[in-house]
Amino acid sequence: MTEPLALSLTKICRSFGPVQVLHDVDITLAAGEVHALIGENGAGKSTTMKIMSGYLAPTSGAVALNDAPVSFANSQDAEAQGVVLIHQEFNLAEQLSVEQNIFLGHEKKRGFLLDKAAMQAEARALLARLNCQVDPSARVSDIANADKQMVEIAKALSRNARVLIMDEPTAVLTEREAEVLFVQVERLKAEGVAILFTSHKLDEVKRISDQITILRDGHVVSQGPTSDYNEDQMAEAMVGRDVSSLYPERTVPIGSDIALEVKGLSVAGFAHDISFTLKKGEILGVSGLIGSGRTETMEGLVGLRSTTGEVRLNGEVVHLKSPQQAQKAGMCYLTEDRKSRGLLLTKGMRENLTLQCLPDFTNVLIDQKSEDAALTKAIEDFDIRAPSRDVAVGNLSGGNQQKLLIAKVMLADPDIVIIDEPTRGIDIGTKQQIYEFIHALSGQGKSIIVISSEMQEVIGLADRVLVMRMGRIAGEVSGAELTEDKIVRLAMGLDVNKEEAA
Amino acid sequence: MATADTNPKPTMRLDLKVMGPILALVVLVVIGALMNGNFLSAGNITNVLSRSAFIGIIAVGMTFVITAGGLDLSVGSMAAFIAGLMILVMNGLLPVMGVGWPLVFVGMLTAIVAGTAAGFINGFLITNMRIEAFIVTLGTMGIYRSLVTWLADGGTLSLDFGMRAIIRPIYFDGILGISWPIIVFALVAILGEVVMRRGAFGRHAAAVGSNDQVARYSSVNVNRVRMMTYVGLGVLVGIATIMYVPRLGSASSSTGVLWELEAIAAVIIGGTMLKGGFGRVWGTVIGVLILSLIGNILNLTDGVSPYLNGAVQGVIIILAVILQRDKKAEG
Repeated sequence: MTEPLALSLTKICRSFGPVQVLHDVDITLAAGEVHALIGENGAGKSTTMKIMSGYLAPTSGAVALNDAPVSFANSQDAEAQGVVLIHQEFNLAEQLSVEQNIFLGHEKKRGFLLDKAAMQAEARALLARLNCQVDPSARVSDIANADKQMVEIAKALSRNARVLIMDEPTAVLTEREAEVLFVQVERLKAEGVAILFTSHKLDEVKRISDQITILRDGHVVSQGPTSDYNEDQMAEAMVGRDVSSLYPERTVPIGSDIALEVKGLSVAGFAHDISFTLKKGEILGVSGLIGSGRTETMEGLVGLRSTTGEVRLNGEVVHLKSPQQAQKAGMCYLTEDRKSRGLLLTKGMRENLTLQCLPDFTNVLIDQKSEDAALTKAIEDFDIRAPSRDVAVGNLSGGNQQKLLIAKVMLADPDIVIIDEPTRGIDIGTKQQIYEFIHALSGQGKSIIVISSEMQEVIGLADRVLVMRMGRIAGEVSGAELTEDKIVRLAMGLDVNKEEAA
Repeated sequence: MATADTNPKPTMRLDLKVMGPILALVVLVVIGALMNGNFLSAGNITNVLSRSAFIGIIAVGMTFVITAGGLDLSVGSMAAFIAGLMILVMNGLLPVMGVGWPLVFVGMLTAIVAGTAAGFINGFLITNMRIEAFIVTLGTMGIYRSLVTWLADGGTLSLDFGMRAIIRPIYFDGILGISWPIIVFALVAILGEVVMRRGAFGRHAAAVGSNDQVARYSSVNVNRVRMMTYVGLGVLVGIATIMYVPRLGSASSSTGVLWELEAIAAVIIGGTMLKGGFGRVWGTVIGVLILSLIGNILNLTDGVSPYLNGAVQGVIIILAVILQRDKKAEG
């Protein structure tokens, strides 16, 4: 590794048209230091990172590398000078191999031909340096998310990155995968790389960062060594109000009638012999590692995948072959993947909101007045904040997209809602609002299944938690037993006193 | 988080995208009028519109197919095959039913049924068998073209002379001086525009073309929507053929050649996105008119050879797409 590099922003302002999104932002990334940039969605984190890495130019203010002012022409220019941004959504060519991806755009050549041997060797060395086991010739579409993240980092290192900027690197990783990443972050730090990352998980910010910068509405509201903050202080600075009571208390008792009963449900290749019940007004958490079959089970339940087994709704056996049938029967699934499965990013809020129940708004022709009325109500009920009503949904912040997605599904007025990762990639203020929506729904007697990778979330939200492991239910925890430790042991298959799932 | 790569003047771009095709049409009309006095005569306009009606009716259906993320290359051959079939059926039943309107109606029914079936076959292979639309319709394009050649034994299928006289008015007559093909084209276009803009089907088609996974997760029956776009197109090809057969009273292996490309080109010139997700039927109508006006102007004027028709059309198509490029769309 060549000389260490420090990147600093001084009095950076940035406007999009008339809207100023950054106000006098000062941040210094020192070599060999991990800097966390936190803030709510829309606080200006992405813009800041894009300015650091040459994707955007500041409207005013100075960017400096080792105290020498620079202005990056574009992201390639920034990369050439050692500053690399790793996007939250991976920028990998899924059909190419790991090695081809690492060298994409700057392939090693011998004469006119590719020097495959050299690239193989270097890819192997880079991955070894990251302690990553993945085979350089494996196709990227076949490897796990954590490995993709490592490939992104290897790609950055192959470009001799000395300032590494990571946009929510752990958002798509399980806790165990995140651990692997943190070890590598420590290693890079020791090698003198300056690292900046964003995260909504304050515990990991506390653990791995040395410095913190907190943004709110484009202003730096707090900055300093991580040791000066605890998680509550970070959250308060981000939101600007007290958020210590993140999870609402249950106010309405759980009903006694069984709304859903699943017996021996199997989804070929993903889930085997899943059985559970769900009462009216109950919030059931589903936990387990990514890949444990949680999502596939629920997709099977609503007819998105073919299944075998018995499903009873309000005591009656149903055979749901499609989401349309499930919706008619009063059961809806809210996907974890809002960008590619939940919302039409190029369409407006109105079209998205009513897509699920368009027939309800159609009387030969679509009744746009009642659609507009529904949107007005949804914006009010779910506190959706959009610059204008006809904005393309892709330009909304993640939190507002998620609120719109919930509004869309709730328009179908289901009795049972399955919410997969309700708060992935969402800031803490919006999280709190979403938890309140979920509790309000359960208060109305609706039954809710919440799938989540965040332990705190399932524990805080759910009345009872099913833990899945390798396509089976590993156990069920509730009441005083509902602890992180218990869930982790079940999810990892460690629990010796495992109760047999009924 | 998706930050808006804000466009400094989104309204200006939008205007150009909406107005572009209309402006191009106006410019063409002005050029045509300046170059030849006959251009704006009722006779010439009726001629241009009637001839463009076949492609136009098909292009309206094509708009839905493309909006839903599909493509249909088979429509030209399909039209030729249906025309051949229609003629064969009418000629075959002539001894039984005799010359007259009942036989014409049987012929029309044949065309509609054959169009529906052909659309269904395309749709079935694409949705249920999950084969790429390009491949399926490339295949059926070859099949129909070869079938009509075989039916005609390499030559021409001609409708019985007596029947021709009866059927002729379908192309050449009309109401109040407006010919039937123009009337049918107008009705199809209006209906198509309303369905696209205000119908649940149009909205669903755009949703499927925009992101079929989102549509599926939103309880939209994706396969049925796709299927219906192909069946609808098949029916419209049948209707176009009903309008076409009376014109010449015959069908051969050269009937409907390159219609598919003209229809697709008209759709794209009109501002529908080739990758799907957004479509507008009125734009397609303008696209059809632009394409047929180019041919007409080149025929009426001496300056440029009519043989360059294809070249001029090609330039217009490429220009249209360049003007309508959406910079905001993420690559």
